[in-house]
Amino acid sequence: MTRVIEYRDALNEAMSEEMRRDQRVMLLGEEVAEYDGAYKVSRGMLEEFGAQRIIDTPISESGFSGMAIGATMVGLRPIVEFMSWSFSLVAADPILNNAPKMLYMSGGQFGCPIVFRGNDGAGGQLGSTHSWCVEGLYSNVPGMKMVIPAFPADAKGLMKTAIRDDDPVFFLESERLLSFKDEVPEEEYLIPFGQALVRRPGTDCTIVSFGRPVHFCLEAAEELAKEGISCEVIDGRTIRPLDIDTIVESVRKTNYLVVVDQSWSFGSPGSEIAAQVHQHCFDDLDNAVARVHSADVPTPYAVELEQAYLPNAHRICEAVRAVTYTA
Amino acid sequence: MPITKALETQIDHISILDEHGNFDEELGAGLIPDEDLVKLYEHMMICRQLDEVAFKLQRSGRMGTYPQNMGQEATSLGAAYMLDPADWMVTCYRENCGLFWRGLPMEKILQHWMGDERGNQIERSLYCTPIAVPIGTQMLHATGLAWGAKYRGEKQIACTFFGDGATSEGDFHEAVNFAANLDIPVIFFCQNNQWAISVPSSIQCSAPTVAQRGVAYGVDCLQCDGNDLYAVAWCMKKAIESAREHHRPMFIEAVTYRLGDHTTADDARRYRDEEEVELWKSRDPLNRMRTRLMGLKLWDEAREAELKERAERTVAAAVERAETIEAPELSDIFNWTFAEVPEQIALQRDTMRTSSIGQDPSQIASEQTTSA
Repeated sequence: MTRVIEYRDALNEAMSEEMRRDQRVMLLGEEVAEYDGAYKVSRGMLEEFGAQRIIDTPISESGFSGMAIGATMVGLRPIVEFMSWSFSLVAADPILNNAPKMLYMSGGQFGCPIVFRGNDGAGGQLGSTHSWCVEGLYSNVPGMKMVIPAFPADAKGLMKTAIRDDDPVFFLESERLLSFKDEVPEEEYLIPFGQALVRRPGTDCTIVSFGRPVHFCLEAAEELAKEGISCEVIDGRTIRPLDIDTIVESVRKTNYLVVVDQSWSFGSPGSEIAAQVHQHCFDDLDNAVARVHSADVPTPYAVELEQAYLPNAHRICEAVRAVTYTA
Repeated sequence: MPITKALETQIDHISILDEHGNFDEELGAGLIPDEDLVKLYEHMMICRQLDEVAFKLQRSGRMGTYPQNMGQEATSLGAAYMLDPADWMVTCYRENCGLFWRGLPMEKILQHWMGDERGNQIERSLYCTPIAVPIGTQMLHATGLAWGAKYRGEKQIACTFFGDGATSEGDFHEAVNFAANLDIPVIFFCQNNQWAISVPSSIQCSAPTVAQRGVAYGVDCLQCDGNDLYAVAWCMKKAIESAREHHRPMFIEAVTYRLGDHTTADDARRYRDEEEVELWKSRDPLNRMRTRLMGLKLWDEAREAELKERAERTVAAAVERAETIEAPELSDIFNWTFAEVPEQIALQRDTMRTSSIGQDPSQIASEQTTSA
């Protein structure tokens, strides 16, 4: 049985279910308690779980991220909400330099089972400093896992897995998707990391993406179908671990690949996928891998410029036509 | 309207045993039983011996960069002595004496600075976190540890150590603010050793005390003579009570002095006056404790000679143990990145290739075919 709920409520359900199941789980961050979260993701959770477990913090990202690391050392499993992943940059030391290395540097003693979560990505006219797609910058760091769901059902199933995971998990939500409604199963379920999903089967060209741009890819595939180009759209769902096998399998069938990644192109998940596909599918590819990224500039503020800067269905269609020699 | 005072505050300075051997009987009464004094003194002496040997090891190429603790032995020792063995000690890298008191084997410290990560594999039962070299990060970990312990309803508290320089880091301010606002039982123990490599504490803090930085966050603050084991113990007693009984953090500034270089990669003679160093040598925490012990008839020249010889043997044995630990396995590169080793890393480990070739067995196969 399923019902249709918002992406934000799927996240809320996942956190609440896990908190009922495990007393070691708690949520901390700015505005998460009394205010229900700046984006209402933690609506009602203070009432249910109390101020000991739903904790309003000072505006101090480095502070609560570092504290969460300490809390894991006594066996807790905190969920840390960044109002926006853009604000996590001031917490770079705890989240990049400490949490993913603590297990390694303590010779296996102190793992950091923390879920760092929040809004990622541009598209809300928030200007350059508030529009980060951190997957480009952060996915370079070993020792953490990165999840970026595009649909409410994935947001829930992956969040539950993230909370039970023994490593630090960077959970990238999208402000633009929080009100997006879709079917979510009634019964309990978890979605394992490292399993991409074929969202739309096709035969002529593979399009792989993760997070919000998956929706643009589906839009593009619909448009291209009218032109007789059958696209297979793969939703990566997690960036680390990356399910390269599903992508490779698809490319061996279609012989063409377009990667759509909302982060900047240089040293990004998009470039990593391109590199790995070239390695695994050198003889299968009938053209070089095409990549659709945000423009290699700071995120513009004006709505017209921001929309043109981001990957969109139009740019994806162009890339597919070009790479399949149908332009 | 008349001008009123929004805040008036003061910072108490605690000194019990001064460098001349004067002892405040009132403050010092019952603080450290005489039978513990000898053990504490011996710990400081052995720790000092380790510093001297470690310096020579580095100079002769047998050890990497090492930060000497010389002159600061009483600070972490006084703290460790007063803490419960199950309280967390969250240190940076100048707390050897306290860690040894806690039970950390000396060769662990040597192994770490000899460049072996396994030196940071500290027995869980010692409640010590790995040595934190980035400045200040450990203060947040301590706050989180204490917060977690409180959440779990345990009596455990945390004590975190850092230098005067670290109080300029944002992490310090965020940690103290959190601890104060959320009633977290953590003790912030600042070893004000006057120098952050070549930068004097006046550049870190223009206020007359570092301790008053805590006042801004609403925590109780104390300053003490950090070379006076009794004064450190006195402050710790207050702070432990505040943390354990009332979940209130405290800030202790222990004024001490880094008698050695910042690390063996530094030469402090280039930026410090010899007179200043000489002045602080006269305030050495070991000398005043020796004077005290002799005054109490607990110590004499013969015991001093025996201790020196024992310290040499103890440290030499620790060096030997550290130097004979087998080198880590190369495959250790890949372990402990994740709780479970993922396939990509397992492939690299199995092939011992960190290049992309190592991630793709089919490419290795073709390479072998080519070379054959």
